[in-house]
Amino acid sequence: MCESTCNGPKSDLTLLENVLKEYEGVPGSLITILQKTQEIYGFLPRDVIYHIAGRIGVTPAEIMGVATFYAQFRLEPIGKYLIMSCQGTACHVNGSERIFAVMSEYLGIDNGQTTSDGLFTLEKVACLGCCSLAPVIMINGEAFGRLTPESVIEVLKDIQKKEGAL
Amino acid sequence: MRRIIIGEGSCGLAAGAMKVHKAIEALMNGSDEFKLGSTGCIGMCFLEPIVDLYEDDKLVKRLVHVGAEHADSIVDAVKTGDYSKVDDITILPEDEEFLNRQTRIALRHCGIIDPTSLEDCIAADGYAGLKKMLATMSPEDVIEEIKTSGLAGRGGAGFPTWFKWNAARQNPGENKYLICNADEGDPGAYMDRAVIESDPHALIEGMLIGAYAIGATEMIVYVRAEYPLAIINLERAMAQAREANLLGNNILGSDFSCDMRIKAGAGAFVCGEETALIESLEGKRGMPRLKPPFPAACGYMNEPSNINNVETYANVGWIINNGGAAFAAMGTEGSKGTKVFALTGKVKKSGLVEIPMGNTLRDVIFGIGGGIKDGKEFKAVQMGGPSGGCIPANLLDTIIDYKALGATGAIMGSGGMVVMDEDTCMPGIAKFFLDFTASESCGKCVPCRIGTKRMQQILTDIVSGNGKEGDVELLEELALSVRDSSLCGLGQTAPNPVLTTIRYFRDEYDAHIRNQKCPAKECTALLTYSIDEEKCKGCTMCAKKCPVQAITGEKKAPHVIDPEKCIRCGQCKTVCRFGAVVVE
Repeated sequence: MCESTCNGPKSDLTLLENVLKEYEGVPGSLITILQKTQEIYGFLPRDVIYHIAGRIGVTPAEIMGVATFYAQFRLEPIGKYLIMSCQGTACHVNGSERIFAVMSEYLGIDNGQTTSDGLFTLEKVACLGCCSLAPVIMINGEAFGRLTPESVIEVLKDIQKKEGAL
Repeated sequence: MRRIIIGEGSCGLAAGAMKVHKAIEALMNGSDEFKLGSTGCIGMCFLEPIVDLYEDDKLVKRLVHVGAEHADSIVDAVKTGDYSKVDDITILPEDEEFLNRQTRIALRHCGIIDPTSLEDCIAADGYAGLKKMLATMSPEDVIEEIKTSGLAGRGGAGFPTWFKWNAARQNPGENKYLICNADEGDPGAYMDRAVIESDPHALIEGMLIGAYAIGATEMIVYVRAEYPLAIINLERAMAQAREANLLGNNILGSDFSCDMRIKAGAGAFVCGEETALIESLEGKRGMPRLKPPFPAACGYMNEPSNINNVETYANVGWIINNGGAAFAAMGTEGSKGTKVFALTGKVKKSGLVEIPMGNTLRDVIFGIGGGIKDGKEFKAVQMGGPSGGCIPANLLDTIIDYKALGATGAIMGSGGMVVMDEDTCMPGIAKFFLDFTASESCGKCVPCRIGTKRMQQILTDIVSGNGKEGDVELLEELALSVRDSSLCGLGQTAPNPVLTTIRYFRDEYDAHIRNQKCPAKECTALLTYSIDEEKCKGCTMCAKKCPVQAITGEKKAPHVIDPEKCIRCGQCKTVCRFGAVVVE
């Protein structure tokens, strides 16, 4: 174990045991393991990456290589609600930049950041495939389409109200 | 039996279909007078949420833009059989044309069957091609039939399907793999998602036929993680197919066995390239391999593998069932059959359009799509996503054909058709795509990694008013180098948006560079906001709305914008009721 993993917060590695047991010997399953790890912890904690590396016999560097290559993987924790702001072509020509800008201004965070109350993470993403409803955002898997700068703020306020943050 | 069927594809759900479903369900209160069900993507996304009213198998009424507030009248209409109660939300005849003008093969069941029901699919001729094949055809017969059909890969490259299948069949290997590329990454294309969500069995059937033809031992579907509903529906369909002996060992009592699994992608555009996809399937960074060897010889796990996309496989069951000649009867000399397009952007009617090859772009955009929204002028249509190009108005009569579209500098691509109007800045669109390809370049080869970045920097300069004389020539030079020397399709085609916008819209580049003007008035850095004294009534709305207090003026007197403070956000223009804010 390297120094950097000892200093960071400790993750509960037992949560991962079933995943590792299932995929340990399966060739080519690293991405699947990382996806399941992220489902459990919400992101890929550093100590967990070292733990996986030890178990499946690859270097932590190799795992970091894969984890940083794909957009889906995160190395930092995210907010309770992940807002994916579509930047596809159809959304672009229908004003997605403006939609992102008003959300960014309203929440006071930029691309990839999380609000201080831990409620929202805001992220620009590639096409979500709801092009005919452009501009579109997706929050925790639910898509919201035909947005205007006004309606997108209403969507965020509804969540804040539900969470007692407004 | 009367039935209420709600379109619950991703688009329908995003438009609020589930609220309608719940409202009707609540009113039914467990009654069995009529049935409430769902279907996938109907393809008329501009009318979502859509509710279809059936009597037995006959569609009697199609309702559009339905909200939960219409639940009462819908239930009332269905209970009484008096459909005039919902006349106010019934589809207009001219909107029905959107579907009537199409010929649907790949989308044949989409929006008609319940994607969660195998019975529904089989009743609509699902798996008929598989049954026919197992009863009467050898693998060679299948390849021959596909050759007759002229089917070419629908993912973008347009390579003949039979050729790939034949190569994978001929090459020796202990195991062989049939892979489906469902990593639909082109921004502006979503037909593959619609097929998997709305008719997952069509994909399974097409893949089984391909697996039989090449002698595959396993089938793998590589799906984008951004398509959760597609993954759920496909998983369910696979379980149903296994249960019905349509998938797994000794399919339908024959000696053909093959099973299927799903691999969720992790978000990397380059994984749409087939060798990068294979690397990703093997759990590695999705970086393309050098070709040859081609996947047909040395693919997944270094075994012979065949990769096609979803739309390609979705055609296969129909072709085997109806014969390759029936498919080849549609289309042009060099491009057979139909193609699905995702028509979006500034077009009046957006959605999925499947038409025979050989129609013109004008047929699709103006005939089916109804022309441009809000009375604006058509400027260009972007085809083929980041690998494609922008086709201008004077080429609208180009026919849809691999060769004809290629000659414009764009490509057929996966079928994204994003329509742009006079308000879209063309150097801005080129920058938009280069932002995308520069960030999605895997970094393996130098021309793509550095070349796309350099082009992106030059384009950023141009749209922010820092362009220099000679920038366009430099862009062209870079574009050709990147195109000719990149390792994979991503880099080889990344310059297309730049080259086509320069070719057709050079004047816009010049206006940005020489006059510091954006003709489309989209590049904020090049705009100046002012107030027309004649028109301004001094209502103070703009001054109140301005986030940086750049607007001053007395009540009932003309206001003035301070250009030093103005951040060109456009809010004053939005709130002004007198059209007094001038943007230049």
